[in-house]
Amino acid sequence: MADHQIIIAGFGGQGLLFSGKVLAYAGLAEDRQLSWLPSYGPEMRGGTANCTVILSDEPIGSPIVDHPNVVMVMNNPSLDKYENMVAPGGKLFIDSALISRKVERDDIDVYYIPATQLAKDMGAPTLANMILLGAIVKETGCVSAEHLEEGLRHAVPARHADLIDLNIQALELGKNYTQA
Amino acid sequence: MAVVFDKPKSLTDNVLHYCPGCTHGIVHRLVAEVIDELGIEGRTIGIAPVGCSVMAYDYFTVDMVEAAHGRAPAVATGVKRSDPSKIVFTYQGDGDLASIGMCETVHSAARGENITIIFINNAIYGMTGGQMAPTSLPGQVTQTSPYGRNTETQGFPIRVCELLSELDGPAYLERVTVNNVKNVRNAKKAIKKAFQNQIDGKGFSLVEVLSSCPTNWGMTPQKALEWIDEKMIPYYPLGVYRDKDGENNG
Amino acid sequence: MQEKVLMKGNEALAEAAILAGCRHYFGYPITPQTEVAAYMSKKMPKIGGVFLQAESEIAAINMVYGVAATGKRAMTSSSSPGIALKCEGISYLAGSDLPALIVNVQRGGPGLGGIQPSQSDYFLATRGPGHGDFHVIVLAPASVQEMADMTLKGFELADKYRMPCMLLADGTMGQMMEPVVLPDPVEIDTTPKDWAVTGTECKREHHIVNSLYLSPKKLEDINLERFERYKKIEEEECLWEEFMMEDADICIVSCGITARVSRNAILEARKQGIKVGMIRPITLWPFPKKPLLAAADKVKSFISVELNMGQMKEDIELAIRCKKPVYGCTRVGGMITTVDDILASIKEAEKGEE
Repeated sequence: MADHQIIIAGFGGQGLLFSGKVLAYAGLAEDRQLSWLPSYGPEMRGGTANCTVILSDEPIGSPIVDHPNVVMVMNNPSLDKYENMVAPGGKLFIDSALISRKVERDDIDVYYIPATQLAKDMGAPTLANMILLGAIVKETGCVSAEHLEEGLRHAVPARHADLIDLNIQALELGKNYTQA
Repeated sequence: MAVVFDKPKSLTDNVLHYCPGCTHGIVHRLVAEVIDELGIEGRTIGIAPVGCSVMAYDYFTVDMVEAAHGRAPAVATGVKRSDPSKIVFTYQGDGDLASIGMCETVHSAARGENITIIFINNAIYGMTGGQMAPTSLPGQVTQTSPYGRNTETQGFPIRVCELLSELDGPAYLERVTVNNVKNVRNAKKAIKKAFQNQIDGKGFSLVEVLSSCPTNWGMTPQKALEWIDEKMIPYYPLGVYRDKDGENNG
Repeated sequence: MQEKVLMKGNEALAEAAILAGCRHYFGYPITPQTEVAAYMSKKMPKIGGVFLQAESEIAAINMVYGVAATGKRAMTSSSSPGIALKCEGISYLAGSDLPALIVNVQRGGPGLGGIQPSQSDYFLATRGPGHGDFHVIVLAPASVQEMADMTLKGFELADKYRMPCMLLADGTMGQMMEPVVLPDPVEIDTTPKDWAVTGTECKREHHIVNSLYLSPKKLEDINLERFERYKKIEEEECLWEEFMMEDADICIVSCGITARVSRNAILEARKQGIKVGMIRPITLWPFPKKPLLAAADKVKSFISVELNMGQMKEDIELAIRCKKPVYGCTRVGGMITTVDDILASIKEAEKGEE
């Protein structure tokens, strides 16, 4: 699939925009066409937040996506909002530690990953986003593993450089989870 | 024969448009004399206001910028920040500085912007024909307070030096007047200090000059000068309200 | 040539301003353009530039006016409600023939409106934002790359014609990240301008930067001279981009984010056998009338796709002298036209429905 139209959604503070940035920087490393568009609102924490990332081999028209083929959700309202927007044949990644309900559609691939629980178990409760991202990259191949890591290194601010290894572990955990 | 009195170099040959008895002319001259004496004519940039002195740009030989009503301190901030080696002054009336431009006045003072402000307080809007100013006195009759300024509905006058003296930013605040020879001499000393402060990098300096407006006050020039003593000075006491040098304080 | 980097539109335009030699930025926080101020506050002190958070939008534009009067490149940025406050200062810049760049990352209105993307300041920008007869050059970027490129272009045009220039973006352009190749730094021209206030050094007559002319004849002459310049700009500085216009039956006219969405809709319509193309104005003033008039002889109809109630539609109708119908496809309030919205308008135009 040459064209990945990805929406990442949940609560503000879950690192959703950051996850999108990691993908965007990975896309930059691959010299792909790309766009990253965040939602923005008056609240800094706790409100709904999402970002749209497009990775493509063709020039990108609209950075806004009506029918994403990859969606990652980390709260109930986001699942309610995006479930029906996923393009047929698309992939939906759900943090099943935070969202208990199941998806009703059968024309899309759904991945239930208890990312927040897995993150707690590995002692890094804020890295559920990276676990889900690892799963996305594994299942969609939207960027290569090598460039994902390069993207991560670009996206992490210098003052948090010491957290890169932990982030990589979380990505690995996500990649391996869906294999099991 | 030795010349004992001459027009300052920093004044142009243009004829001032001010009314007979108006003290703008005196203050223009004092500013020009100070610029001459400090030898800063070539690097001074003046900001003209909106009000009676709107055409100040025609009267000083230094480079001049005409600002929108009340915005002179913001424009001066831009000019000064563009080249801090220049000496930048604004010349503003009470409507310009204390009404529409109060925000710019307070904030340039709070920033301690290294500029010099000459503030003409004549307790009235002159150019538009004598309306109530933020500094009009309680009971003062103007075109828009025809029954006298009623403090219950039209509020109280603003004492600018006192107000700004609450801020940490200003380096120098003094209120002077030009209604007699002695006061003119004092006014010149204050204006010179306000420019010298800027040369020395001391920061925001403002000189408030109580001025007369015989035309709109409806008085003879002589009576208007007396009115400053009788009415204005009691409400607006002369003196130094801030001097970071520590001289003349109190 | 610089390397490709990933940046938000707001940051790209801020960096481009610095590369254009702008060392004086005055701003006031307002969503969705605050990143510009944040970027400048970080960068300017490191390069000997000036960042000043002004007490208001009004103060900020007047600080710009002060710097511009000294002949240096200066910039301010804001979003719609803040731009309304700057209009007085913009009028004074125009009336004093001073160059400056004003960035408007538009949000929905009127009043406090919302904070989501909008193009509802089209009239405000293109009809001379402020009192009096004047224009500002209006540039409408449609990508992060153009946010950077148009910033540079804006400063160039402002200097060339001694007038304010407005970069008219929308919230999407400000907030999105895309790869961008920043322009090479511009050599700063330090030759003293023969109109700027830089101190006479007692060697020349004083310069006066001013917009007050009490003689009606003099003020008329100055206005006429200014409009001669505007005429030249209309002839020489129009910018636009055509997309799939060679065989188009329907011509979409759109700028900024809606031009990006329109591009997707055009490709979709063509899959369905409808020949649609687009003329994307890049300068909104001067408005690219010539290519539109030329297109009017070839296409059946036009569709104006915009995030307001049809402001640009009026310019299209004027440009094509009402030779063909112009349909409107609009969303407002922070809503953005979808591909489906535009397809519906295309089908309406295809049928020739009124």
